[in-house]
Amino acid sequence: MKVELQNLTKIFPSRNKKSNEEVIAVNDFTLTIPDGKLVGLLGPSGCGKSTTLYMISGLQKASSGKIFFGEEDVTNVSPENRGVGLVFQNYALYPHMTVKQNILFPLQNLTGKDKLPKNEMIERAYEVARLVQIDDLMERKPNELSGGQQQRVAIARALVKMPRILLLDEPLSNLDARLRLQTREEIRRIQKETGITTIFVTHDQEEAMSISDMIIVMKLGIVQQVGKPQDIYDDPTNLFVAKFLGTPPINVFDGKISGGKLYIGEDAVLDVKGVEDKDVFVGIRPEGFVPSDKGEFNCKLNNVEVMGRDVSIVSTNSASLNPVIRSIVSSEYVKTIAEDQETIAYSLIPHKVFIFDKETEERICF
Amino acid sequence: MVENKHQWKAWIYLSPAIVLLLVFTVWPIINTLIMAFSENYSSLAGLGGQTFKFGLGNFQHVIGYKGFITCLKNTMLLCVLTVPLSTILALLISVCLNAIKPFQKLLQTIYFLPYVTNSIAIGMVFAAMFNIVGNISSQEQIITTAGIINNFLGLFGVEPINWINAGSSYWANITVMVVYIVWNALPFKILILLGGLQSVNKQYYDAAKIDSTPKWRVLTKITVPLLSPMIAYVVITGFIGGFKEYSSIVGIFDVGMGPAGDHGRLNTMVGYIYDSIKNQQGRASAAALILFGIIFVVTMINLYVSKKKTHY
Repeated sequence: MKVELQNLTKIFPSRNKKSNEEVIAVNDFTLTIPDGKLVGLLGPSGCGKSTTLYMISGLQKASSGKIFFGEEDVTNVSPENRGVGLVFQNYALYPHMTVKQNILFPLQNLTGKDKLPKNEMIERAYEVARLVQIDDLMERKPNELSGGQQQRVAIARALVKMPRILLLDEPLSNLDARLRLQTREEIRRIQKETGITTIFVTHDQEEAMSISDMIIVMKLGIVQQVGKPQDIYDDPTNLFVAKFLGTPPINVFDGKISGGKLYIGEDAVLDVKGVEDKDVFVGIRPEGFVPSDKGEFNCKLNNVEVMGRDVSIVSTNSASLNPVIRSIVSSEYVKTIAEDQETIAYSLIPHKVFIFDKETEERICF
Repeated sequence: MVENKHQWKAWIYLSPAIVLLLVFTVWPIINTLIMAFSENYSSLAGLGGQTFKFGLGNFQHVIGYKGFITCLKNTMLLCVLTVPLSTILALLISVCLNAIKPFQKLLQTIYFLPYVTNSIAIGMVFAAMFNIVGNISSQEQIITTAGIINNFLGLFGVEPINWINAGSSYWANITVMVVYIVWNALPFKILILLGGLQSVNKQYYDAAKIDSTPKWRVLTKITVPLLSPMIAYVVITGFIGGFKEYSSIVGIFDVGMGPAGDHGRLNTMVGYIYDSIKNQQGRASAAALILFGIIFVVTMINLYVSKKKTHY
């Protein structure tokens, strides 16, 4: 099912009657999510991503704007009638019911023509339990399950009624690192197998990048960029998006453009034709550095971290806004670095270098 | 660890409480046992230096006495009628109270007021409400001067009922008692259940909403099971309180424990104990032990059932 958000806005009124400070949690969100995609809503905490999810579920009412599922306007439809499945951050499994009863619960709520005979309900419950691989845990209570198992029960409960849209709120935040990797693959697999349009919320860019068909980066209630993970990484619209995506994070420098050349400190590092002279922020991805004797960009060398296939060169530059500059280069470069070497020169790969306006922090293309 | 040489200090600090407990709790319990098992016990004779034989005579007397059976029957009846009724009502009221947003605190206070009001005073008010004021020898007067309940029922064309006055029926009396006891028991139960409700994670209700759960199913399948530990608590304490019912009946019927002309008809176990305490301390003690035994057994059954029915 296609999901369409039109100028969706959520304003929380101020708690304090004296001050009129309203909180705009989501500001004028317009987006179309194509059918059958896995979409990640990404942003730092407090950016309105969960509020957006809850508005899609209907648990939060939109202050203004519209929500469409397919062609149907569901803005004023109550959550009961939206036909969405929602997995809560702490799963909200009913503690007094077994796994089986938890999964059966949404089916038992069906009335009228949707009502299923009992054996069919149980069949459906087992079918979805097999899909998330918990069919051997059906008689357990939630408190007898591990976090990852509870997570899968929650997904099974959301899936069993065949929702039009599946929503996941920070689905992996309660899991340990290893389980997180495994579960995000599971979510991807389950989504592929069911083909249900799925929207999940996360603050972890790696999580969002690794499994999503499409990610939406938000900041302070405003959508920053929408697109395929690789496209956003390669082509960020502003400094926030560039900084938010990628590990190790992008290296940011103070720079200036003068006479068609980009300067970082005293070094003219790149030709930027057709851009007017001004002060800018320069973002360089870690893989954008190539150590070279003839390199234009001179830095002080700190140390080299060997990571096997790649090495990370840690250096410093007075124009850098990060404490250190981290570059990822192929390990064969290590041989070219002498023991007592104190400086290093890089040439830069132009499409890994982004320039941002100092005032607006918007990307300047060159 | 308290060092050995300072142990006497600890005892000194504890002594005020220990002395009071020994005098007013431990000794009465021991004395009750002694009196209950002494044949023909009389405190006056005891003071005169008479000793009493050990025996079960007091228990035989109590159980064989017709008035005691009446007391037992009344107590049981009131318990069985009021505990489930007040628990269900308290549950519904607390669910409603919890759902109301404006004036919630004010309403909670109002619902809690009966708890801090003297039960004898409430009883007198109830007596006035159910009363038939005036000379009941004339049927006409009954109709014109009936209490507020009869006046209210009159709006629906119901004939005035003689609730509590001379000549009233046993079941009319019981109805009044049930209404009064339930009303009196509600505040404490509401307090406990509302506290339980407010500690239930709201996400369960959000999850239920997403799964389009009908309201009734939310109550029976989610709220009640999640509240089950609190419900078990109010039922158990309700039964214990119910078996000790006395002051409510005094509040409405005075120490006669029944309408004029039928004194003692509504007597309870505790009422019987009070009645016997002046001249028949042995029997009163035996009755107290029997009451203790009944409460103990019922509480055990309650605990056994609630262990099976409550979750987590």
